[in-house]
Amino acid sequence: MSVGKPIERLDAVAKVTGKARYTEDFTLQGMKHAVYVRSDIAHGMVKSINVDEASALTGVRAIFTYEDVPDILFATAGHPYSTDPGHRDPYDRNLLTKHVRYEGDEVAIVVADSELIARKAARLIKVEYDKLPVLNTPERILADDAEMIHPTGNIVGAHEFVVGGDMAEAIKSSEHTLENKYSTAMVQHFHLENHIAYAYMEDNENITVVSSTQIPHIARRIISEALDFPMGKIKVIKPYIGGGFGAKQDVVVEPMAAFLTLKMGGAPIQINLTREECLSCTRTRHPFLGTAKGGIDKNGKLTFMDVEVVSLTGAYASHGHAIAQAGGAKACTMYPRSVIRFNATTVYSNMPAAGAMRAYGTPQVIFFVENMMEELALKAGIDPLEFRLKNAGLPGDINPLNKKPILSHGLKECLEKGRKLIDWDKKKKRYKKFKDGTIRRGLGVACFSYASGTYPVLVEIASVRMALVQDGSVHVLTGATEIGQGSDTVFAQMASETTGISTDKIKVISTQDTDFSPFDTGSYASRQTYVGGQAIYKTAEKLKDNILAYAEEMTGVLANRLQIVGDKIVLIEQPDKTVVTLKDLSIDAHYHKDRGGQITAEVSYKTRTNAPSFGCTFVDIEVDIELCKVDIKEIINIHDSGKIINPILAKGQVHGGMGMSIGAALAEEMLIDDETGKVYNNNLLDYKMPTIMDTPDLKCDFVETEEPTASYGNKSLGEPPIISPAPAIRNAILDATGVAPSELPMSPKRLFELFKLEGLI
Amino acid sequence: MFDIKSYEKADTVKQAIELLSANPDAKLIAGGTDVLIRLREGHEEFSSIIDIHHLEEIKGVEMQDNMDVRIGAGMCFTDVIESEIIDQTIPIVAEASGTVGGPQVRNVATIGGNLCNGAISADSVASLCVLDATLEIEGIDGAREVPVTEFYLGPGKIVLTHTEILKSIYIKAENYMGFGTHYYKYAMRNAMDIATIGCAAAIKVDEGKVETLKLAFTVAAPKPTRATTAEQFSVGLDATSENIEKIAKKALEDLNPRDSWRASKDFRLHIIETLAKRVITAAIIDAGVQL
Ligand SMILES: Cc1cc2nc3c(=O)[nH]c(=O)nc-3n(C[C@H](O)[C@H](O)[C@H](O)COP(=O)(O)OP(=O)(O)OC[C@H]3O[C@@H](n4cnc5c(N)ncnc54)[C@H](O)[C@@H]3O)c2cc1C
Repeated sequence: MSVGKPIERLDAVAKVTGKARYTEDFTLQGMKHAVYVRSDIAHGMVKSINVDEASALTGVRAIFTYEDVPDILFATAGHPYSTDPGHRDPYDRNLLTKHVRYEGDEVAIVVADSELIARKAARLIKVEYDKLPVLNTPERILADDAEMIHPTGNIVGAHEFVVGGDMAEAIKSSEHTLENKYSTAMVQHFHLENHIAYAYMEDNENITVVSSTQIPHIARRIISEALDFPMGKIKVIKPYIGGGFGAKQDVVVEPMAAFLTLKMGGAPIQINLTREECLSCTRTRHPFLGTAKGGIDKNGKLTFMDVEVVSLTGAYASHGHAIAQAGGAKACTMYPRSVIRFNATTVYSNMPAAGAMRAYGTPQVIFFVENMMEELALKAGIDPLEFRLKNAGLPGDINPLNKKPILSHGLKECLEKGRKLIDWDKKKKRYKKFKDGTIRRGLGVACFSYASGTYPVLVEIASVRMALVQDGSVHVLTGATEIGQGSDTVFAQMASETTGISTDKIKVISTQDTDFSPFDTGSYASRQTYVGGQAIYKTAEKLKDNILAYAEEMTGVLANRLQIVGDKIVLIEQPDKTVVTLKDLSIDAHYHKDRGGQITAEVSYKTRTNAPSFGCTFVDIEVDIELCKVDIKEIINIHDSGKIINPILAKGQVHGGMGMSIGAALAEEMLIDDETGKVYNNNLLDYKMPTIMDTPDLKCDFVETEEPTASYGNKSLGEPPIISPAPAIRNAILDATGVAPSELPMSPKRLFELFKLEGLI
Repeated sequence: MFDIKSYEKADTVKQAIELLSANPDAKLIAGGTDVLIRLREGHEEFSSIIDIHHLEEIKGVEMQDNMDVRIGAGMCFTDVIESEIIDQTIPIVAEASGTVGGPQVRNVATIGGNLCNGAISADSVASLCVLDATLEIEGIDGAREVPVTEFYLGPGKIVLTHTEILKSIYIKAENYMGFGTHYYKYAMRNAMDIATIGCAAAIKVDEGKVETLKLAFTVAAPKPTRATTAEQFSVGLDATSENIEKIAKKALEDLNPRDSWRASKDFRLHIIETLAKRVITAAIIDAGVQL
């Protein structure tokens, strides 16, 4: 029995001892380094490129400009291919571009003997532009006479739904309604390992790309599309990866690396982006701007919620409108008994491209909803926590969007647990005394709902192969990628749980290689334990059956009388009676001259359910009005992620998400000039990601519901922890100061403006 | 990887000066925490370097016979923080040093490099200004002493000529004895950040009245600045909260912070006034006076 145990992650020692090898740790003889030439304006057309000085530099091997790349548009989002052409991501990128659409766009690339030379050469290349107007506000982007950022127009996608009843009636039945404007900022993933890939050829036909990617199989398809090169002749390898958080659920440098090796006779070419490039030239989180409305009836019931947003996807669509779509859809199960309207438009802008980022549109939408909920409760004179408790979904409620029953719904229990843990009722009373002067105290709460994968919007396919090794251990090959979240470890636990083989005898192969790893679309959407877990379960069942069937063939004891315990096959009735050890059985299977064969099992499975997961954040803060600073005294996340497979890993996952959300709440934003599109702060000094000195003690707890659609009762946990801390902090600021921030981040600079406006300073 | 054109290691101050004078393009490197950042960014003016980071002559912290304190310019911040002499005489310098970067940076970054880099946000400079520190400098044309308050000419600009090296920082006994001090760095993060405003105060209170106040700010004007109007205004005032508020308002008269995307002028002015109030208060408490 391994599921539910806090076992140490399989790669812990390799990582902390520095033995784990990441993409940059692999070097090849003769490796060349490529560096992009990036535009220093945000919108325009290249007029001329002068490479003379750069080409003359010793060590420069080649320079390619937009004129040298294939005339093929490709889509970079790491989504499974859609058989419905209308459902595919926008094909809006070339490998290099003449039309530059943000500051940092890629117009040329230099290949040199070292990265240093390549960077120097890139700086020597002179590019002249014809400037175009910079479009960075919805008004300008959507103006009738606006310049087109892409030939398809400035709108990437738009949709609306109204579910759960009739909106006009809901409004009529409301005692109070309100409407407020909110906005969220463009923030950054900040994975430790920057984007990096290298590519090489070992013959004249096949390309190998080694990349720090969350999605090796998807990357293979997109490289193939971008170069019009046969998919079967491309192999993508994913070694250890230093985080991705969605920025690597996108193809960023891989197609270019493959293109360059093709051009350079198969020579190994590495593209290793700097932190600065990662910040403004890869992917960001979509800023949302818009309104939230809501209504409450005389019994404290939420009658409706209505969110309308514009999502800025930046210079290229990447995940585009899918972000706003997912954000709206995933917020529907939290308070499922109200009428819900969601309206979203995603537009291009002359900013860094936004893509997938942890929780994929949901932190933005929930920030709107949970701010609105707070103000609605206050307007109606109800305790905001009671209001949420009253409207929280319950098991058996129908998801108003897909009309399916919600089988496990632990939100209410999460709220009750958090209320106790933070000592809500007592503190609420006590903090009444701290509502004036420069030091004030406040409490905040916010809820969230999320999903466990992307079905039915996208296919949810996972494949696993397990093989018994001669020594009786098991190798597990999966296409699902370990990106630091701990999926390899929980897969080992699941395989152990189902087969009976002890976890230390199960090796999950951490490197994916598309030539031999079974097909899986990769790590995103918090899908791996839920979707990958189904394939693990089914493969493990099959492997166990195959082992026991062989044990029967070997020993004559009927398989249905046998079970595996640790490294032995024993009688079910007499577990201390070893019938045969796994090792002996495996040797026999492999080497007996007249029977057996390698014992394996392989399953490719499509999950056709999608369990919502839930939770909330409680926070206790102190605000220093004069210093315009918020100090978090206590913060707790409580999650309903179904059955917790590994409590230590779960905790780590929650802490990480909370830390990121605190950064987004109080400090982080990409600062971009509205007029020029200039990115001011694409570096670690000026992008104020919190340090450990800025991070409070993070606490978390779980409400373990049992989710019947999951093989092990589990639901998503990878992304959810990042959703609710920011609105909870915002609501605590409102509680402490009476000032209601509507924009993220609630940094000292912004609080200063607000406090001044409200006459607090 | 850095694009280093030439690297020379000096064994003595004298040799460093000679190397500088032989190469008009050369720059000194101590801890390198400013120089290497510039080199990485492709600033070629830092590609010929003369290494002084190991020079014994510019290390050490000593108490002179007359109780003046000498800090070697080549001392890294960790050594400054751990110095017992500094702790007992001029703890504000250790306090300010502790706000620099993070532990790894403090282990290599030197106090001399901090001053010579000329940044208006340098965290050691406000504390040295309120201690009226003197800087000992030597170049090809000989040695000289410059008060720290006259060391800066403007953003990134200092009085050193090409061949000059900052050797030591001196703090006279009369400038620390009997003073209460405090430094506060206001930044967006609690570590690894540049000051939005830095504020240092040294105060002597006699029988409830301000005898001397020295108040210095960084990032509040084109160079680190003493708020002399406020200092003069404070002399003889009762050390009370109301008077501190008045002094804090006066501080604004000598300062002229920038309006930039990093922080608006309004915001900086508000923080200057708030810090002036809080830092003077803390310095008074440090002087052992009840408010
Ligand atoms: C991550 C990080 C965080 C930082 N955080 C802070 C912070 O919080 N606060 C802060 O104030 N600074 C900070 N800095 C900047 C830097 O660390 C300091 O300015 C440091 O004190 C510089 O000292 P150094 O010895 O590394 O200087 P170097 O980089 O070696 O030199 C800096 C300049 O001074 C000159 N120089 C050095 N020594 C002498 C000398 N003896 N005589 C004449 N010229 C000399 C050099 O030629 C160069 O121009 C940070 C830097 C980094 C990389």
